[in-house]
Amino acid sequence: MCGIVGLFLKDRALEDRLGEMLSDMLITMTDRGPDSAGIAIYGKATPGRMKVTVQSDAPRTEFPVLETLVRDVAGKSAPITVKDSHAVIEIDREKVDALRAAFAAAPQTFRIMSVGETMEIYKETGLPKDVVSRFAIRSMRGTHGIGHTRMATESAVTTLGAHPFSTGDDQCLVHNGSLSNHNNLRRDLLRQGIGFETENDSEVAAAYLTARMRAGSNLGEALTSALDDLDGFFTFVVGTKTGFGVLRDPIACKPAVMAETERYVAFGSEYRALVGLPGIDAARVWEPEPASVYFWDRDGAAGQAMLAA
Amino acid sequence: MPAFDLAATPLRDLNHALHAVTPKTNDRAFEIRNPRGSHAVAVGCSEPVTVAVHGSVGYYCGGMNAAADITIHGSAGPGVAENMMSGRVVVEGDASQYAGATGRGGLLVIKGNASSRCGISMKGIDIVVGGNVGHMSAFMGQSGHLVVCGDAGEALGDSLYEAKLFVRGKVKSLGADCVEKEMRPEHLQTLERLLAAAGMAEVEPAQFRRYGSARKLYTFNIDNADAY
Repeated sequence: MCGIVGLFLKDRALEDRLGEMLSDMLITMTDRGPDSAGIAIYGKATPGRMKVTVQSDAPRTEFPVLETLVRDVAGKSAPITVKDSHAVIEIDREKVDALRAAFAAAPQTFRIMSVGETMEIYKETGLPKDVVSRFAIRSMRGTHGIGHTRMATESAVTTLGAHPFSTGDDQCLVHNGSLSNHNNLRRDLLRQGIGFETENDSEVAAAYLTARMRAGSNLGEALTSALDDLDGFFTFVVGTKTGFGVLRDPIACKPAVMAETERYVAFGSEYRALVGLPGIDAARVWEPEPASVYFWDRDGAAGQAMLAA
Repeated sequence: MPAFDLAATPLRDLNHALHAVTPKTNDRAFEIRNPRGSHAVAVGCSEPVTVAVHGSVGYYCGGMNAAADITIHGSAGPGVAENMMSGRVVVEGDASQYAGATGRGGLLVIKGNASSRCGISMKGIDIVVGGNVGHMSAFMGQSGHLVVCGDAGEALGDSLYEAKLFVRGKVKSLGADCVEKEMRPEHLQTLERLLAAAGMAEVEPAQFRRYGSARKLYTFNIDNADAY
């Protein structure tokens, strides 16, 4: 099964409540998948700075090492915020590559979950309510966010196998379904120089979209080409720094419900996930069409939906 | 009038109460508030009760219904009235995928749109949809009627047996072995009866086209004997 939720705010007055609303939505979807849970939150950008979210299975022993590595790369200019097994490093954009290299050379098992101007990703095995409380998601503010609770099918139940997957700066994807041509696609993408952390099919979808966007497509165009190149069952919800997209495969057997008001666009695997949102009774509620791309962008193009088929 | 507020009462209490109704029960009008997308609301009713659900429901509302008259004042998630035996289920809003799947009897009315696979494997149920239906509707439909006042999506009636399909608007494509058929007076009468039962008597039966099975897929063709 798997449960997906997403929230894209139009009304800035709701931004303080993003973490709280998204947490409630995700917890409601717990019985769609108890294996692991994760949330991506798009918060505030600081010009010239990037957020690097790192996860460790042994934070107590490894984060002190992490601190030393960060200091070696960026001196005292890169503050680290530790939340349970995750640490967010805020660092100058031009130092990110050096930080990646330092981490890759280190013997520790911590790994980078995401890099972005605004996006942070928190994910772990366990139930949504536990993941939400471990990382204090409720108190997080932001412009948009995506959550996922997983019932594993295609790969192991691990932190890295949890969603959202991030394969590019400020980009993330969550997936309900299973892809059947992911091994072929992975080989193609590896040849294009894209790296993978897992054997997971959903990571391939994320990497595919990253590759398309790197080649110049916008989110809507990348999703449209996914309809031709991805084989299998999928409902995707995708985030970029300013955008929010939804795509279902042509068979559309994985459930999806959307709601839109003047204040937000919301996605849920089921309507249950949406019932606590403000003004839901007056919202436009609909089931996204199969093989159709829906995306919204904070830099305009809001509410755009185009039929790709 | 038994009333259940699902924000305060567990769903099982409601379904137990519905299942406890006997032919001798006098109080037969159930009111349900705050369903908040719950699954399996009012499933397995087997007595002629009326159930009014105020709000939207999740999966399988009214599933396996026999005899009850259930109205959802909201939208329904996947599998509304799945395997209905008799009675009536009315959805005032939209319905998600596989509405009325495998239904053997009774009437399912969806006043808004139904999404994919509406009436999949229907076996005698009558389904009237005020709006559109999605792709693969009436897939493998064996008997009963699907009436669509709007448009139908791709592959309508794929691998159809003897379910009868009526569409007023456009059909994006017909599925394997589904063909348009002549609308005869008895079909117009059937349509008139179904539209009236669905509370849509104002819709003109003459505006519909009829679709059914070409009967080439499910009957043995002697020319194919070599393949066996």
